[in-house]
Amino acid sequence: MLILECPYCGVKAEETELAAGGEAHLKRFGPGSSDEEFHDYLFMRENPKGVHFERWRHANGCGKWFHAARCTMTLEVFGTYSAQTTEPPQEIKDKISEKRPDWTWRDIK
Amino acid sequence: MSTRLANTGRLIDRSKQIEFTFNGKRMKGYAGDTLASALLANDQMMVGRSFKYHRPRGVVASGPEEPNALVGLGTGDRFEPNQRATTTELFSGLSAQSQNHWPSLDFDVLAINNKLSRFLTAGFYYKMFIHPRPLWKHVYEPIIRQSAGLGKAPDKELKDADTYEHFYFFADVLVIGGGVAGLQAAKAAAESGAKVLLIEQHNYWGGRAPVDGGTIDGMEPGAWVEKTLEELRGMDNVTLRDRCMGAGVYDHGYALGYERLTDHAPGQGGPRHRLWRIRASQIVTATGAIERPLSFAGNDIPGVMLAASMRDYAVNWGVTPGQKVVVATNNDDAYRTAIALHGAGVEIVRVLDTRDSGGGALMEEVRQLGIRVECGRGIAKVKGTKRVTGVAICAQNGEGGAQEEVAADAVAMSGGWSPVVHLWSHCGGKLVWDQAHANFRPDPERPPLGADGNGFVVAAGAANGASDLGAALQDAQTAGEAAANAAGFTPKTVNAPAAEAPVETPMQPVWLMPAKADIKLRMKSWLDYQNDVKVSDVQLAAQEGFESVEHTKRYTTLGMATDQGKLSNINGLAILADSLGSEIPQVGTTTFRPPYHPISMGAIGGEARGEIFQPLRKTPMYEWHDSNGSDWEPVGQWRRPFAYVRSGETLHDAVNREVKNTRENLGLLDASTLGKLVVKGPDAGKFLDMMYTNMMSTLKIGKCRYGLMCSENGFLIDDGVVARIDEDTWLCHTTTGGAERIHGHMEEWLQTEWWDWKVYVANVTEQLAQVAVVGPNARKVLEKLNEKAGGGMDVSKEALPFMEWRDGEIGGFKARAYRISFSGELSYEIAVAASDGLAFWTALMEAGQEFGVMPYGTECLHILRAEKGFIMIGDETDGTVIPQDLGLHWALSKKKEDFLGKRAHSRSHMADPDRWQLVGLETVDGSVLPDGAYAVGNGVNANGQKNTIGRVTSTYYSSNLGRGIAMGLVKHGPKRMGEVIDFPGTDGKIYKAKIVDQVFYDKEGEKQNV
Amino acid sequence: MSDPVSAMSGATFAGLAKVEDSGLQGMITLRGDLASAVLQAAVKAATGAEVPVSGQVALSDQGGVAWMSPDELLLLVPYAEVDAKVSELSEALKGEHALAVNVSDARGVFRLSGEGAREVLGKVCPVDMSAEAFKPGQFRRTRMAQVAAAFWLDHDGVFHIVCFRSVAAYVFNLLSASAHPQSKVVVY
Repeated sequence: MLILECPYCGVKAEETELAAGGEAHLKRFGPGSSDEEFHDYLFMRENPKGVHFERWRHANGCGKWFHAARCTMTLEVFGTYSAQTTEPPQEIKDKISEKRPDWTWRDIK
Repeated sequence: MSTRLANTGRLIDRSKQIEFTFNGKRMKGYAGDTLASALLANDQMMVGRSFKYHRPRGVVASGPEEPNALVGLGTGDRFEPNQRATTTELFSGLSAQSQNHWPSLDFDVLAINNKLSRFLTAGFYYKMFIHPRPLWKHVYEPIIRQSAGLGKAPDKELKDADTYEHFYFFADVLVIGGGVAGLQAAKAAAESGAKVLLIEQHNYWGGRAPVDGGTIDGMEPGAWVEKTLEELRGMDNVTLRDRCMGAGVYDHGYALGYERLTDHAPGQGGPRHRLWRIRASQIVTATGAIERPLSFAGNDIPGVMLAASMRDYAVNWGVTPGQKVVVATNNDDAYRTAIALHGAGVEIVRVLDTRDSGGGALMEEVRQLGIRVECGRGIAKVKGTKRVTGVAICAQNGEGGAQEEVAADAVAMSGGWSPVVHLWSHCGGKLVWDQAHANFRPDPERPPLGADGNGFVVAAGAANGASDLGAALQDAQTAGEAAANAAGFTPKTVNAPAAEAPVETPMQPVWLMPAKADIKLRMKSWLDYQNDVKVSDVQLAAQEGFESVEHTKRYTTLGMATDQGKLSNINGLAILADSLGSEIPQVGTTTFRPPYHPISMGAIGGEARGEIFQPLRKTPMYEWHDSNGSDWEPVGQWRRPFAYVRSGETLHDAVNREVKNTRENLGLLDASTLGKLVVKGPDAGKFLDMMYTNMMSTLKIGKCRYGLMCSENGFLIDDGVVARIDEDTWLCHTTTGGAERIHGHMEEWLQTEWWDWKVYVANVTEQLAQVAVVGPNARKVLEKLNEKAGGGMDVSKEALPFMEWRDGEIGGFKARAYRISFSGELSYEIAVAASDGLAFWTALMEAGQEFGVMPYGTECLHILRAEKGFIMIGDETDGTVIPQDLGLHWALSKKKEDFLGKRAHSRSHMADPDRWQLVGLETVDGSVLPDGAYAVGNGVNANGQKNTIGRVTSTYYSSNLGRGIAMGLVKHGPKRMGEVIDFPGTDGKIYKAKIVDQVFYDKEGEKQNV
Repeated sequence: MSDPVSAMSGATFAGLAKVEDSGLQGMITLRGDLASAVLQAAVKAATGAEVPVSGQVALSDQGGVAWMSPDELLLLVPYAEVDAKVSELSEALKGEHALAVNVSDARGVFRLSGEGAREVLGKVCPVDMSAEAFKPGQFRRTRMAQVAAAFWLDHDGVFHIVCFRSVAAYVFNLLSASAHPQSKVVVY
């Protein structure tokens, strides 16, 4: 059972305090977007064995959404960070690179 | 004969005799006995019948690895099947029943299976009962179910009499296992200042060491254990728990401890089991090792026992399973059993050592005692049925030709030791094959990984493959220090206690005894006692192509059921590897999964039973409803009155009465459960325009608007009335089930997409009690209340028109009144503080007497809205329905560039004219359509089923109209008005219904607007 | 006329610890920029307490302030004064982006006191309840068995527990079951 530190309230919350919210950093497509863009936005998701970026909510806690970077295989957590960002902060990317020099995710390295 | 010994028994108190029963027979034991030791003391050799062949079975082990001695324990509401006699502490009045036999343990009809065992090989059921196919369900399966299975399920009418609980505990270092290694590791970790939790499954500490002898720091191991326990108890940073088994190790340092609080004293009050939900930075698994049986013919006959277990019974509980014992071994440890039993006055007939040159110092000691030791020998066959009567001795390296037969009534066997690697392995720790000891042990290079990517489990002592006392203590010291260090503490580096124990010579792997045993012997050589799997079964599986150990497990059932192969795994896979011509490490082990040993369902459920099984949400008026005939309906976790049943009424009568009364006089509905969200901020209007399909930013202050919400992929997720409170504040009503969900939905978009928008949302659902005052007399009752209070809010048509709201006082209560209607009647929804809710409701009931007031429930609410053709989220919608399907185009803003769901509505499937659309349905004969029924059209689909063209979404009996009314989604429905379509019911009847307009009552809407 | 009743109207249970309905407690949800001087002054005026840092509650003679999230506080005020306090706050925060709402009646509030209080909470919350880990003045929102809840520890060793009103009976029964007199864990 995972523990993730909520970057908003600092609580090291076990999974039962949290709600998983799927893949992170989706770009919203609304009216005016092509069928393909909209379809991909709704349905197409990464399914990596390794480094992944996810959305979580500290549901039984401060109620805030946040991001987590973790390894889907070893469950190693590289860090949690603000929900108010469209891509992982450099600091998190550096931490991942330290442990997994060859990691990539979508077009992020 | 199995008896109590005169002088030994370090764990029993001979001054405290205890009475218990086994299969109704009264027996006596002592305080400190396990059920197994007490049964043996009473010469109860046979304790059950085996799973498949119903062979007589006796106690084989002394701990949780026991495969045979499973009993039904307790009676009535405390009965539990499959309890291990070896882990059951004896208590006064204990009642146990043996399992898997009929009519009795001694005489069992299905023991015929044993005679047929030649035919009942691996995969027998799969092969035999596959044809003819139809016989499986009605003939084979019922018969097999009758004859198979472990134990009997408890009476389903009885509720478990006990309670259970969880407990969250946080430690720097968790040490699992309170043997000498666990104690030493805990001490080493605790001396660094780390917070340590040490748990031990038994009710005694020290594990095997006090039985096995040697010295630690010059002390008897038992004395050292006591001294170390005292030291640990004196440390503030150490918590010790016995009767608490490490059940599982999970991700990120999570572990479960299973504490048995009252199993040894049932009914003493308080919880029976406590499940410790432990979080530790580091976990030390000091879980010891388990002895392996030897595979020889007749190794399952009662009286054949693991050598160390036999020693346990003698030393710990003063019991011997026999008076004339043969010891068979491939290692030095079993000599300790010969020494212990000899010392207790039991005759050791022979020690058969498979090694041509025998053992070391321990063998010499045995010889000194005058015991006959034969090297290079093994057991060809054990004689006896319900107990051992003799042993045929042969050369280990031969085919089993007996060289001698000796009389014996018990056999002690030792095939070597396997570290208990379960807890190490649960969360991904890997194993290495230790050739010297012929076992798998934890690979320190590949431990389970924690959140930081580093290992969080350290194995210690025998569980880590340490082969003697000194090595175990040294390893434990290292493990304790390593764990403390990894948890962020600086361990004191001290020497491990010095241990003295006889030097042992290497063991010899023996997977079959004798090595070239013929098929007749192999068919009586058991690998897995619990599942009746023999050497020949695994060999057959390999022949038939089962190469993967996981497949072989499932095909033969080796290592399944309640012991998960604690004794059989290594022996089984050695046979498999041999049959496949492969090496053991290449074949590998099956997966170790928690729990280590079965734990009770009660412990898993914890406190969640009875009235706290789940939270029931109650409105402030709950007690009033309950004492006024409420028939409760669960709506999510809420309980809402379905209808208020009066004496002499059926539920149906009550609903019809409420429906008529609300239309004719006055009805009150407790609407407190409706979600209420305050949305405020400079960007609140813009935000709500995104949330709702219709325009909310243009709503005038003081007015209300019905709104729809869609998910991003266009489907309806909620609806409700939105009120504009002031310039930058709106109040959004959600459905009963939607309050938390829609609150979360709004927060999600605000936090993760539009975080620069200035909007705050607060959920005030439970701050307010809300009452719908409905019916032609609705205004009158409010005016009456105000009159009694000497004034209040003007609720006239002019002052409070339809779809508007006002703040003020009603009947002296601070209130907000909304002129909204979900029934088509004159209707006010009035919100007051929750703490005033009951008083307000009661005041309305009193004042309403002269106007014919009656409370009404959710079923009446549904019928009233269905008569008006209003949709209900969850009835007309199911997560695949878009507003256009429900004819709600008017609620989809065309002016807005964007709202959640807008883009989705232009996808090709959403715009498909063939989508089923909402219509009213009237049965031709006036009956009520079955809920959820499908309409069938012409032709059949690819599966030969009739094509469906629609389904019923809401269906009720309308007492106002005196007939059934329904709504449904029908293909091209709105274009097919007047057409009659067929709805086959599950009752075999075909319901014919006419497609009509969905508004059945007051089509012009005159009644609500008065 | 109005004669408000609390969620569990005075219920009590005594076992390992004492569980008591705290009665009516004025509570205000305040959302806004917690760093704003205007907001901090308004909070101080309403409660007599300063805005606490995360994970803390600040208590005063008249009430207190609990840190709920980076943009939310829970203000504790006398029940009878809550409407007036909401008006004062709203007035003081005019021009700020903020939201103050009365949530006094939306909650069940309990006192949990006595030697076994830490263990009782430790049975139902995934929180380290040891004295080293949870100290007076700390405030925690978490899961209590199957519902969301929050609690703080005051300087007299009493835990104050807040849950939603609709589940007050569940929480009261849950705490009472966990405080069964024969269920002491004997660790705290």
